[in-house]
Amino acid sequence: MAVVHIEKLCKTYQLGLVQLSALCDVDLEIEQGRYIAVMGPSGSGKSTLLNLLGCLDRPTSGRYRLSGEDVSTLDDDQLSLIRGKRIGFIFQSYNLIGQLNVIENIELPMFYQGFSEQASARRAGELATMVGLGDRLKHKPSELSGGQQQRVAIARALANDPVMILADEPTGNLDSASGAEILSVLNALHQQGKTLIIVTHDTEIAARAQRIIHLLDGRVEREIHNGA
Amino acid sequence: MLLFRLKRTLKLGIKSLWMHRLRSTLTTLGIIFGVCSVIAMLAIGEGASREAQESIARLGSTNLIIETVRPPEEQTDTGNVETVKSYGLTYADAESIRNTIPNVDVAVPIREIDQEARYLNRKVAIKIVGTIPWYTEISPIRLMRGRFLSSTDLHHQLAVCVIDDQVGRKLFAFDDPLGLDVKIYGGYYRVVGIVTRAATGKTTDGFDRGPAVVSGDSGGVVGNIYIPLTTAKSRFTELTASFSGGSQSVERVELQKIIVKVTSNRQVLQMRDIIDTLLNHIHDKQDYQIVVPLELLRAAARTRRIFSIVLGSIAAISLLVGGIGIMNIMLATVSERTREIGIRRALGARKRDIIVQFLSETLLLTLLGGVLGIILGSIIPSLVTHFGHMPTIITGGSLVLAFGVSAAIGITFGLYPACRAANMDPIESLRHE
Ligand SMILES: Nc1ncnc2c1ncn2[C@@H]1O[C@H](COP(=O)(O)OP(=O)(O)O)[C@@H](O)[C@H]1O
Ligand SMILES: [Mg+2]
Repeated sequence: MAVVHIEKLCKTYQLGLVQLSALCDVDLEIEQGRYIAVMGPSGSGKSTLLNLLGCLDRPTSGRYRLSGEDVSTLDDDQLSLIRGKRIGFIFQSYNLIGQLNVIENIELPMFYQGFSEQASARRAGELATMVGLGDRLKHKPSELSGGQQQRVAIARALANDPVMILADEPTGNLDSASGAEILSVLNALHQQGKTLIIVTHDTEIAARAQRIIHLLDGRVEREIHNGA
Repeated sequence: MLLFRLKRTLKLGIKSLWMHRLRSTLTTLGIIFGVCSVIAMLAIGEGASREAQESIARLGSTNLIIETVRPPEEQTDTGNVETVKSYGLTYADAESIRNTIPNVDVAVPIREIDQEARYLNRKVAIKIVGTIPWYTEISPIRLMRGRFLSSTDLHHQLAVCVIDDQVGRKLFAFDDPLGLDVKIYGGYYRVVGIVTRAATGKTTDGFDRGPAVVSGDSGGVVGNIYIPLTTAKSRFTELTASFSGGSQSVERVELQKIIVKVTSNRQVLQMRDIIDTLLNHIHDKQDYQIVVPLELLRAAARTRRIFSIVLGSIAAISLLVGGIGIMNIMLATVSERTREIGIRRALGARKRDIIVQFLSETLLLTLLGGVLGIILGSIIPSLVTHFGHMPTIITGGSLVLAFGVSAAIGITFGLYPACRAANMDPIESLRHE
C-alpha cells in the first residue's frame, strides 16, 4: 500500500489582493520504502510540499492520505500526534534546541509521546551511537560541528521509528565531506526500509534516488525513475 | 511517566530562567515585594485589631459603663469666685437604675480616689476604688487569695480592703499582705484579699480609657485598692478643689462610674437608651456619658474591615504591577523562543504541551517570588514589633493567601503569553530567525 497518496493537492497564499499558488494540482503516490528526491528552482514549492506531507501544514484543497488515512480533515492535536509518531523531520538548519544537550534533543519526540525516562534515555543513547555520536551525549549543539549537529537531527527524526523521513535540503549548510557523511547515514536508513523524501539541489544526491520529482512553479514538471 | 514529564518541564523551566538570571530576578522582585507587602500589611493590621479587640473585650460585652463627665462650662458662672459645683453620677442614680429598670443584672457604683498608700516606710500611689461586692461580676479581676469585699463589710462600713497583686508586691515586698494594715490618708485598712487583673497582655494602646475595670496604670498609679463604697463615702470627702484660669473652684462628685450588666448582649443597646432616658430625666446637665463596649467592638470590627480593604488594595496593586512585569517578560521569552516552539511542534508537541511548558515557567517564577516574598514578609513584621513596638500577627491564612495569590498571578499573567506561543503557526515559527 502507498504511504503517501495525494490527489489534486493545492496550497495558495493570499498576499493582499493577489493569490499566490505555491502548489497546484499535485498528484503523487509514494510506495513504502522508496527513496525520493524532490528538485526544482528556489520558490518552486518544494518546502511547501514537504510541509504538507509532514502534516505541518494543511492544503487549501485536495486530498492527502497517509498510510490510507485521510489527514486533510484531522484537527490540530491529531496532526501533532501524526508528526510525533509517523514523521521524522530533518531541516537544512538542523533545528536543534540550544539549551538541551545531544541526548535531550534526541529524546524530545519520545517525551511528547509519553515514553518513560529510562526507555527514552536508552533509545536516545542507542540512536546517538548509531549516528556516531556515542561519545558526545552531554554536548550542547553549539559544541558540535555542522555535520555532527545534522547527525543529532537524524537521530532525533528516528526516535519514534517513523514511517517516513522528510529532509529539506539536509546538506545545504554543510561542506561536501560532512554532506557525504550525512548522505551515507540516510542511505543506510533507506537500506533498512525507511521511506525517504529528500529535497535537494544536488544532482549527485538525486542520482541515488529511485525517483526524482521536478517541481516548477508549484506543479510537477517531470518525474524521473532511476532503474535500480 | 507523568513524573518524568513534570521533571523535564521543570528542569527546562529552571534552565531557561537560569539562562536569564538577571532578567528573572528583576521580574521576580515585583512578586516578592507584592507578596511581602500582603503578608506584612495583614500581620500589622491583624495585630492592631487583635489588640484593640482584646482591650475592648476586657470591658465586657454585656456591660454598659456610665461615666461622670464634667459638664460644659457655663459662661454665667465665671463671676462667682468660689462656688461648689456639683455634678456627675450620684448614689441615687445607682439606686434608681437598680430599682426601676428591669433586666439589669447588676448595677455597680464606683467611686475612685487617687491616694497614697503606706506600709512601714514604703509608700506608693494607688487608686482607691470604693465599690460593692458585686464588682466582681462586671470586672475581669480574679481573686488570688483571701476574699473580695462582702455585704457585711459594706453594711458596717468596715475598714477593710482588697489589693491588686502589683500593689502588694510594691508595698509589702516580701511580707504576706493578708491580715496586714495599709495606711491610707490617716486611716488603716486591713487587707482581706488579693486580686489580679485577668488581662492577658500589656496594654499600651489608645484604648486605655482609664476605667478602673480595665486598668488604672495612668499617672504613676501602681494599682487599685478596693474598699467598701460605704467606707469610702464616710472617710473621704466628695469635694475636690481645682484651679482654672486664676479662680478656684470646688467640685463635688459622688460617683465616677456606674457599671451596669445585662443578661445578654442583645439587650445592651436597648438598655443604653433606657438608662439614658432615665438619667436624662434626673440630671439637668449633660454630666454623664454611656460607653457601650459592644459598640466599640463593632466599631473596631468596622475599622478593621476598612483597614484591611485599604491595605489589601495597596498590596493588590503592587501584585498587579508584579504580574504585568511577569507577563511582559514572558511575552519577550515567547518571541525569543519562537523557533524552539516551531521545532517542538514539528516533533509532535500539541498546543497544550506548549502551554504547559510556558505556564510552568511562569508559575515557577511567581512561586519562587511567592516563597521569597513569604520569607521576607515574615521577617518584616517581627522587625516592626521589635523596633516599632507594635504587635503583629502572621496568620497561617495570610501565608496561604499569599502563596495562592502568587500562583494565581502566575496563571493569569502567564496564560496569555503561553497561549500566544501555542497558537503560533509551526511553519512561520520554524522560519523565524
Ligand atoms: N507563508 C507564506 N506566505 C506567502 N507565500 C509563501 C509562504 N510560504 C511560501 N510562500 C511562497 O510559496 C512559494 C513556494 O515556496 P517554497 O515551498 O518555500 O519554495 P522552495 O522551498 O521550493 O524554495 C514561494 O513563491 C514562496 O514565496
Ligand atoms: Mg525551501
